[in-house]
Amino acid sequence: MNMERLDATFAALADPTRRAIVARLAKGEASVLELAEPFDMSQPAISKHIKVLERAGLIARSRDAQRRPCRLVVAPLREATDWLERYREMGEARFQKLDNLLEELKEKENRHVRKTR
Amino acid sequence: MSEKRGSGKLEVTLPSDTEILMTRVFDAPRRLVFEAMTKAEYVRRWWCCMEGHTMTVCEIDLRVGGRYRYVTVGPHGEVAFNGVYQEIVPPERIVHSEFFEPHPDGIIVTMTLEERDGKTYYRSLIRAINKEQRDGIIASGMEGGADLALDYLERVAHSIDPARRADASPAAARG
Repeated sequence: MNMERLDATFAALADPTRRAIVARLAKGEASVLELAEPFDMSQPAISKHIKVLERAGLIARSRDAQRRPCRLVVAPLREATDWLERYREMGEARFQKLDNLLEELKEKENRHVRKTR
Repeated sequence: MSEKRGSGKLEVTLPSDTEILMTRVFDAPRRLVFEAMTKAEYVRRWWCCMEGHTMTVCEIDLRVGGRYRYVTVGPHGEVAFNGVYQEIVPPERIVHSEFFEPHPDGIIVTMTLEERDGKTYYRSLIRAINKEQRDGIIASGMEGGADLALDYLERVAHSIDPARRADASPAAARG
């Protein structure tokens, strides 16, 4: 696990515009112009966000074509969600045991209510 | 991944650089959830969730200024947490510190329970002192998961060739 890369991923995704760009690219590649379209932002402003995402390794741009479309690089995103998912699984394992205990406590209480009626 | 998250019930989010928020619904009234989370005899039954691990210490002094300490022991040693209760409003709210021994820096946990239609909505907000500490907490959860996998690997490796046991040390997976 590369914590520096994780930091870069989370830092890059800490901005709503950049998250929107990532969401758009999840549907397929797009040029900077196409990416700028839905935002009320200048092209240089969007380019700046794209550079941040590029530096974090979240998007790549092809070199040859004139429009240099951007595409999503999935691996770091997966790493980031896996990181959190593992933590979540640990907590969930614990709480499933708590679920079982709660069922038992509920049953015990019901028995007690029936008896005292 | 999203499918898994939908069927799993615990939600974990990172609301800011220094926080972790956990939410979950329990199918039981709030007072039972509160009891199960604050009585040592009950905590002993669910805190330790990994195979091959046992809970050796579970002390709870549930009053403001009172201390708790949980210790579990697994194949790779002891894992201990302790803290002090800062606010207790049964059965709806507890604020406490938490220290992962032997680290000197603690976190603050604010746990709230809300009851709706006989179900309890659990919310736990963990506040770390900085981003590094917050990320370390999550990474420690990962190490726990890695421990499990390594225990298994170790057994498999050992059954094939006893000399390979050293390859499956926990340090190897943490890099």
